Amino acid sequence: MSTETLAAGLETALPTTLFRFATAGSVDDGKSTLVGRLLHDSKAILSDTLDAVARTSADRGFGGEKGGIDLALLTDGLRAEREQGITIDVAYRYFATDRRSFILADCPGHVQYTKNTVTGASTADAVVVLIDARKGVLEQTRRHLSVLQLLRVAHVIVAVNKVDLVDFSEQVFRDIEADVQKVARELGLGREDSNAGGVTDLFVVPVSALDGDNVVDRSERTPWYTGPALLEVLESLPAADELEAELESFRFPVQLVIRPQGALAPDAVAAGLDVEAYRDYRAYAGQITEGSVKVGDEVSVISPGHEPRTTTVIGIDFAGQSLDEAAAPQSVAVRLADEIDIARGDTIAAAGTVRESTADLYASLAWLSPKPLREGQKVLVKHGTRTVQALVRNVTGKLDLATFNVEPASNLELNDIGHAQLRLSAPLPLENYLHHRRTGAFLVIDPIDGNTLAAGLVKDHPGDHEDERYVI
Amino acid sequence: MSTYTTNATPDAAQGVASGLSEPRAGLIEDQPRGEGAGAAFGVTSTPGAASAASALQSTRLSSLDTLESEAIHIIREVVAEFEKPALLFSGGKDSVVMLHLATKAFWPGKVPFPVLHVDTGHNFPEVIDFRDRTVERLGLKLVVGSVQEFIDSGELAERADGTRNPLQTVPLLDAIQKNKFDAVFGGGRRDEDKARAKERILSLRDEFGQWDPRNQRPELWNLYNGRHTVGQHVRAFPISNWTELDIWRYIERENIELPGLYYAHEREVFARDGMWRAVGEVSQPLPNEEVITKLVRYRTVGDMSCTGAVESDARTVADVVVEVAASTLTERGATRADDRISEAAMEDRKKDGYF
Repeated sequence: MSTETLAAGLETALPTTLFRFATAGSVDDGKSTLVGRLLHDSKAILSDTLDAVARTSADRGFGGEKGGIDLALLTDGLRAEREQGITIDVAYRYFATDRRSFILADCPGHVQYTKNTVTGASTADAVVVLIDARKGVLEQTRRHLSVLQLLRVAHVIVAVNKVDLVDFSEQVFRDIEADVQKVARELGLGREDSNAGGVTDLFVVPVSALDGDNVVDRSERTPWYTGPALLEVLESLPAADELEAELESFRFPVQLVIRPQGALAPDAVAAGLDVEAYRDYRAYAGQITEGSVKVGDEVSVISPGHEPRTTTVIGIDFAGQSLDEAAAPQSVAVRLADEIDIARGDTIAAAGTVRESTADLYASLAWLSPKPLREGQKVLVKHGTRTVQALVRNVTGKLDLATFNVEPASNLELNDIGHAQLRLSAPLPLENYLHHRRTGAFLVIDPIDGNTLAAGLVKDHPGDHEDERYVI
Repeated sequence: MSTYTTNATPDAAQGVASGLSEPRAGLIEDQPRGEGAGAAFGVTSTPGAASAASALQSTRLSSLDTLESEAIHIIREVVAEFEKPALLFSGGKDSVVMLHLATKAFWPGKVPFPVLHVDTGHNFPEVIDFRDRTVERLGLKLVVGSVQEFIDSGELAERADGTRNPLQTVPLLDAIQKNKFDAVFGGGRRDEDKARAKERILSLRDEFGQWDPRNQRPELWNLYNGRHTVGQHVRAFPISNWTELDIWRYIERENIELPGLYYAHEREVFARDGMWRAVGEVSQPLPNEEVITKLVRYRTVGDMSCTGAVESDARTVADVVVEVAASTLTERGATRADDRISEAAMEDRKKDGYF
């Protein structure tokens, strides 16, 4: 593309939107090749990188009989990984099309898959799950889908890879597609009427990452498949933030109070800021986690030790602009009508939409640490902008990811997903994760070394059977 | 090009407004908690990808707005949770964008932390001048760690290749320790290098400043865990998810001032290692290296002894956006000799405590 045509394109193009997705797969299902293919075919790989990969392919005798380059090398990471031939950690990749900028969390499949899938899926708008067409739905696939259902990932795309190795057989694809849909039904994933919330969209796409079929462009070798190519799906799905801005009530955890008093920014003053008018400026800074807010809206301020206090939004500021309205995921500063004592850790929410704060936390925990969880253990819980101490009262069960059954357990180990009841040192405005992906999420932190032990998802109180082992 | 400003440009204001002013189809206010919200989530989503996207056109933020919002959220989190943060500021474009984001995060207040520059002694004079003017304009405190002082005192030795970028680690860690900084903002981006692709947004450093890529904390949702023990510190990378092109588009949109050498200018250069190197005090051509005057610009600004210029006629920020969008080379591949030392050059430097 010449510089002139590109310039013309930039002027007329709409602003692109951001879309985050993660990949999940089993050993040898071609995930690295698929990621390499997406980056390569979307022209995200620059020539010096491609040259380096081509040299390495030749040196190592890779690239196959076709003498091409080994696309998997495009996602080659750290020296330790190359030496051991494994992928250690989630790697982030970036590419863009005319319509979207993509952030890809490339999650390794074989080591600590639950930890990596949970991590990648927690920020993802969509997750691409790979299946080898020759092997079909494996136990690992069931585990991945189970984690995605639990984390309420907005869209799941199952890429049935290596269709070239099954002679582009429609029957093989249809059988796998039926198996995927069966698993999805068992999980309550992809069903619009599901009480379980969870995933709303499920796509199954036949691809050959090696040859590029249905990755960026639709393939002529799968005439029986009339759906979109993988990249088309990724370009057109709404991001999770867009869904949350539209559908849920305003939630705004306060990060800090902006109250400059004498310390106004000298450049703002030089640009004409009215010093007198800003002497008593006070605004609450944060990122809207869901919903939207307008000037004039009634809001509740949720603080520990207080009944919710109701007031009115009188201003929404962003770096010198006054906004009439703002929505998730914008970072703004909100001014309120009444002088209320508000600090970091408090939440501002649409009036009357948040139930009472509670110190009893019922949750699903994805355990991410080699240190196991024991009943009676003291931990820290980080929720929104607050961190409190917590006591693990009991572990109520452990999820068998392959069968989706909850089994009795009294501890949780690395990569386990289980249910537990915790008692908090101070009440928090907890909300069910199924309906509030941000205010229903928390971290469990080790008070000794500060490491993150678990990803927590708030569940509803079991109510009258509080002391019984319960299954949800 | 005007100075850096916290009052948004008309373009930026328009961008935000156009993202929000449209009526929001299907917006349900005061959605009752519980089953209702979940059911609405399920029912309103359309299985057809294309139709779902078109229904949502009116509310979406642009990718730059989303990245900006994420960066400001991270900057505010670090300021709220740490005792003594500082921002690494070299006058390079990424650190200039970082500082611009910080001014927006705390408007109308001052940026509430000092800036830290590790001075290699091999800087482009116009970049140091830019650094000093910027610090003055924003009323910030500047802390300088000097590579030259460490060489003079014998604590560091000059490398045979003359490159001082890898020597920055010791003065950096010294400045962090002496000033008791517990969080240091950097402008590192994950698209720069394969080691950086695995870096966390909040990244723990041990008592020796070392990065342990095999033992990183999982990064979940937008909940950042910055807990650390005495002696440890945290590096924070709020623009982790930005690409080089995002940076330039943002500089254009926000009308951010940069040192002039980012734009095409005439300069005396000579060819070395496949790059154009500026003639300067610490960067002298060998007898067989011919000095010529060329129209060049810099894609990265670092140690003068290892940073190369590229041939370019991009004299304005709009020209640069077009050039970067069409570029076939990565910025480090094109312009950094220090990253050509080995396949894992950045990884090795990072493990030792580099930015």
